[in-house]
Amino acid sequence: MHGRVKVKSTAQQEEEKRKGREKKLKVYLTVRDAIFSKRSNGELDEEALQFTQQLLCSNPDFATLWNYRREILLHLETVKEEDEIQKLYEAELFFIETCLKMNPKSYGSWHHRGWVSSRLPRPDWTRELSLCDRCLSLDDRNFHCWDYRRLVVKASGVPVDQELQFTDRLIGSNFSNYSSWHYRSTLLPLLHPEPGSEPASPCRKQNNTHTSPTASPQTHSHRVCEEQLLKEYELVQNAFFTDPNDQSAWFYYRWLLGRAEREELISCVYVSREGERVAVAFSKPVNALTEGLMLVLDGQQQQRVEWRSAHPRFRHSPVWLCELPPGSVSDINNEHNLTVHWMEKHTHRDCALYTGRPESWCRDSATDQELFRSELSVEKTSVLQSELQSCTQLLELEPQNKWCLLTIVLLMRALDPLGHEKETLAHFQTLKEVDPMRSSYYSDLCSKFMIENTILKMEYAEVRVFSLSDKNLSTLCHLDQLLLVTHINLSSNQLVRFPPQFSMLQCLEVLEADDNAIGNLEGLYHLPKLEEVSLKNNQISKLSDLEPLASCPRLTRLDLRGNPVTKTANIEAELAQLLPSVTDLLL
Amino acid sequence: MAADNLPSEFDVVIVGTLTESVIAAACSRVGQRVLHLDRNYYAGNWASFTLNGLLSWIEEYKAQQEKSPDDQTDVEQEWREKIEEGEEVLTLNSVDSTISNLEVFTYAEEPEEEEEVKATSVGSVLIDSLAAEAKENSSSSTEAQNSSGPDDTTPDKDDDEEHQHQEPENEQTPETQEEPENEPQPEPVPEVKKKITYAKLIKEGRRFNIDLVSKLLYSRGLLVDLLIKSNVSRYAEFKNLSRILTCRNGKIEQVPCSRADVFGSKQLSMVEKRMLMKFLTFCLDFEQHPEEFQFSQKPFWDYLRSRSLTENLQHFVFSSIAMVDQETLTEEGLRATQHFLRCLGRYGNTPFLFPLYGLGEIPQCFCMCAVFGGIYCLRHSVQCLVVDKESGKAVIDTHGQRISCSHLVVEDGYIRDEQRTRSVNISLVTVPPLDSSSPAVRMVELSSSSMTCMPGTLVHLTCSSVGSAREDLEPVISKLFYVPSSPGEEPAPCEEEQKPVTLWIMFFNMRDSSGLDPSCYTLPTNVHVCTGPDASLGNDYSITLQAESVFRQLLPDEEFCPPAPNPEDIIYDGDGTQTEGAAFQEAGDALGTSAAGEEEEEEPQENDQSEESSEPAASSESAAQ
Repeated sequence: MHGRVKVKSTAQQEEEKRKGREKKLKVYLTVRDAIFSKRSNGELDEEALQFTQQLLCSNPDFATLWNYRREILLHLETVKEEDEIQKLYEAELFFIETCLKMNPKSYGSWHHRGWVSSRLPRPDWTRELSLCDRCLSLDDRNFHCWDYRRLVVKASGVPVDQELQFTDRLIGSNFSNYSSWHYRSTLLPLLHPEPGSEPASPCRKQNNTHTSPTASPQTHSHRVCEEQLLKEYELVQNAFFTDPNDQSAWFYYRWLLGRAEREELISCVYVSREGERVAVAFSKPVNALTEGLMLVLDGQQQQRVEWRSAHPRFRHSPVWLCELPPGSVSDINNEHNLTVHWMEKHTHRDCALYTGRPESWCRDSATDQELFRSELSVEKTSVLQSELQSCTQLLELEPQNKWCLLTIVLLMRALDPLGHEKETLAHFQTLKEVDPMRSSYYSDLCSKFMIENTILKMEYAEVRVFSLSDKNLSTLCHLDQLLLVTHINLSSNQLVRFPPQFSMLQCLEVLEADDNAIGNLEGLYHLPKLEEVSLKNNQISKLSDLEPLASCPRLTRLDLRGNPVTKTANIEAELAQLLPSVTDLLL
Repeated sequence: MAADNLPSEFDVVIVGTLTESVIAAACSRVGQRVLHLDRNYYAGNWASFTLNGLLSWIEEYKAQQEKSPDDQTDVEQEWREKIEEGEEVLTLNSVDSTISNLEVFTYAEEPEEEEEVKATSVGSVLIDSLAAEAKENSSSSTEAQNSSGPDDTTPDKDDDEEHQHQEPENEQTPETQEEPENEPQPEPVPEVKKKITYAKLIKEGRRFNIDLVSKLLYSRGLLVDLLIKSNVSRYAEFKNLSRILTCRNGKIEQVPCSRADVFGSKQLSMVEKRMLMKFLTFCLDFEQHPEEFQFSQKPFWDYLRSRSLTENLQHFVFSSIAMVDQETLTEEGLRATQHFLRCLGRYGNTPFLFPLYGLGEIPQCFCMCAVFGGIYCLRHSVQCLVVDKESGKAVIDTHGQRISCSHLVVEDGYIRDEQRTRSVNISLVTVPPLDSSSPAVRMVELSSSSMTCMPGTLVHLTCSSVGSAREDLEPVISKLFYVPSSPGEEPAPCEEEQKPVTLWIMFFNMRDSSGLDPSCYTLPTNVHVCTGPDASLGNDYSITLQAESVFRQLLPDEEFCPPAPNPEDIIYDGDGTQTEGAAFQEAGDALGTSAAGEEEEEEPQENDQSEESSEPAASSESAAQ
């Protein structure tokens, strides 16, 4: 048709492109080889800068070239005047900007920019900050830029409140941004720290004194004063009411509701006269061998005691054991005073073993506040109560929302774990239905809460019997809290193993775990008092699975009915050999 | 091109503006010989005028009103001679009949001297109003922003976000009415604040680009898609609307429509936020949830009330997001909401784009496609159509030249009324939204950063007409603005000081023929009529759909507006030398970024262009300077 503009055909264009590419490739390779040969000749001149610049312009991820550039720049620093260096580095910044336009997420370019900024004799931080803001306005989740921005903020000392406003702005434009929320969580404790004189917990104060204000929030008390917290609750609620499926807001909410790490202390010292043994429980797993643990018995420092963790697999464990020198406490007519010092933390715990007593202990009871609220804060109950109300309101609108359900569960735990037990279980059921991909996670979490509740009930009843049967337990936890338990009943659950932590149950005498799916007894290891084990209808299939039991010296009764292992040929003889102490064997 | 020596044969002769320019571009792009003519000024009813241009347009309008139809008969005799035997003549309108009820009011002070005398008192009044604004700002930015006219003295603020748009309610019916209104503001001189005088308005007149039609582009609308697809967007710059307001119970409120708005909104309770987001999310893919709307035969309004939405939210959705009226059925309402939402986020937090320098830019952009061989001729129109039996075969232009063509595309305004078998009532404008019988008024406020006015604000109000433009719109104006009773009068200190002061108002009614069925014209089959601007806010119907459908009738087998080829791919006669790229610099592509290398191979300036064309709004910042 006349008048129509003639356009090259696709094939023609392709051919041209191909030729163009070939040509470029040739040039590229030539330059690259030239650069490498210059570098191996140790030439650190401006020509090399120019060559590398040409290649990096098109491929800013060529890390070797950035390294070479740094070598050259460092060399030039030694031979040039300061003004020249300033100019050189400024040109470098300008050049990096072009590279960032090419690939805004180039590791090499951002790293080099950080390096150049730190070398620049007279850095212009304002300019760098505005560069970051520009980049973040194009992609507010560019974590390279966030990283670099932190560097700039640190170097230029931007006031914290200004940074908080910056996060306000970013969250305002798009609240689905972990980086901004997280940044907030690092700024708030600096800007609105929780008043230090919190009478509720003297040890937390001690915790504060150990932290410098520059430490990251993970390591110091990352709590925020209540007034600010209330504002943050409102802000984050705006986010999750707007979009309850956005997890970043929920995670921030969890952080807000969270509380400082538990103080580090010795939570329990147990001594057994008969076993001449001491067990020490800590508030968190430690390595007693490096923490300066000292045992003083009747005023005498015990130099030669050897600390071992409850199970050899653990280098860090919340429970550590040691044997006392033979005869030191065995006379039942003597009273003994025992002190365990934790030198590193300047803390200790005493324990008196009175006349006539076969054992003794001294401990903090696992009251609900102390232990199982540790995931949520100890803010005023009224605050948590109103948070629970908000979430319940949201749940009415979004009955299927997993984040909301989970948060409600956590708030209920913090408020009244036993009182809300029934609702909690119902919510877990819903959670598993709406989020089947994570049903195992919810099962484990639910198990954890059920164990906590049972521990609380046990504490209130002041007994040493732990009974949690038929509760769909899928995992065992908080076993360090069961150090003193003598009888445990875990029947009719969904357990598959006794984890190594189970060996922390140093006082356990009777274990019932019928009707589970247990095939692994690893944790039944060196339980000095264990006498009866009932494992009916489990999945123990090999003789070797039973080997850990051989380390329990007092085991006399073992019920293995309904396990595949009972079908093994010659099982009785094998077991008699493996477990000579067992007199009452049921197969 | 000089009009005197036009070629006398074309494939398509096109008379008219916006829709027509798209058709012209599409036809010439595929090799048709196109003659594109337009009346005395560029862009017809789609025009953007400087203030001075607008004043001449008003003069012209008035002159036309006085001219009697008989004047034309003399001229007619001249071209009658050019008609061959067996041919008939259909006369086309040479004057625009679509505008009526034009009225102009000036409130800015007229004489220079008087300003001098009054300078002191003016200053004090302005200071009062500044204080008021500061207060206002803290409590509600919406209100303060709205009263930006005289109060807004910070130029930086102007630059970025003055752009505001408001729809107290909406209209749908076929008539449009417009009335631009200016309230420029004092110069930001710290001490002596000068009031804006009429003389100053005139002096600064070229800084205005006042649209006759107030429209916005839906950012995922067909027109935007067409601009991108055809690469025409490279000729214009766009700005994303900064916010959407509504007027409710006499208060101006921001409409929370995007996720970020809902999150940040202070007027919504937490629960309302959830309700609104839930409803909007549902609207996004409402087709997937037929169980949620049983009401498809009932009005959208009733449907909204059946949903769990508070009154507040119903209002937002109904009048500011869906922008429909009481009669709209549920499905259409949902579709409108969906369209609005889909447009969000493409270029920013509101769904609308506005072309910098006014809407008149759009037809101009398409006319740039004249590069493909079309001929564009301004101040040159067609007097009549020469008809041979049932099909037209030529036109005779206003210079008396006979031009033959196989197709004629003509804007509705050129068709003489008597050629119309049926006509929608040509009426106009607004009534205050308070009165239930009155149409909703749509208001678009433009700041100087839109490049359509001097520092200050230009406000367009549009509604379906009931009476004359003035009757319809004046109540709304007096509600939202301070209208001095005499030129230069200052607002009473206490009551009116927070309202922007009006300086100049123009009312007029414009005919909306978009509701007409093309078959209602008794015209030869190769004459295609395009309607003028319609009353809806977007441009989709009037431009894209119509242009494409006319194009399909003309050239059923050709592609509609294919992208323009890259200059390097065009083969010129004797083309042999290829320009070499700066190959050295780009050599890395081949090795380094294999995937990205493909696109990055273009010449640098080529890259720029393609980037721009895919993002019409991208460079608004630079243009706003």
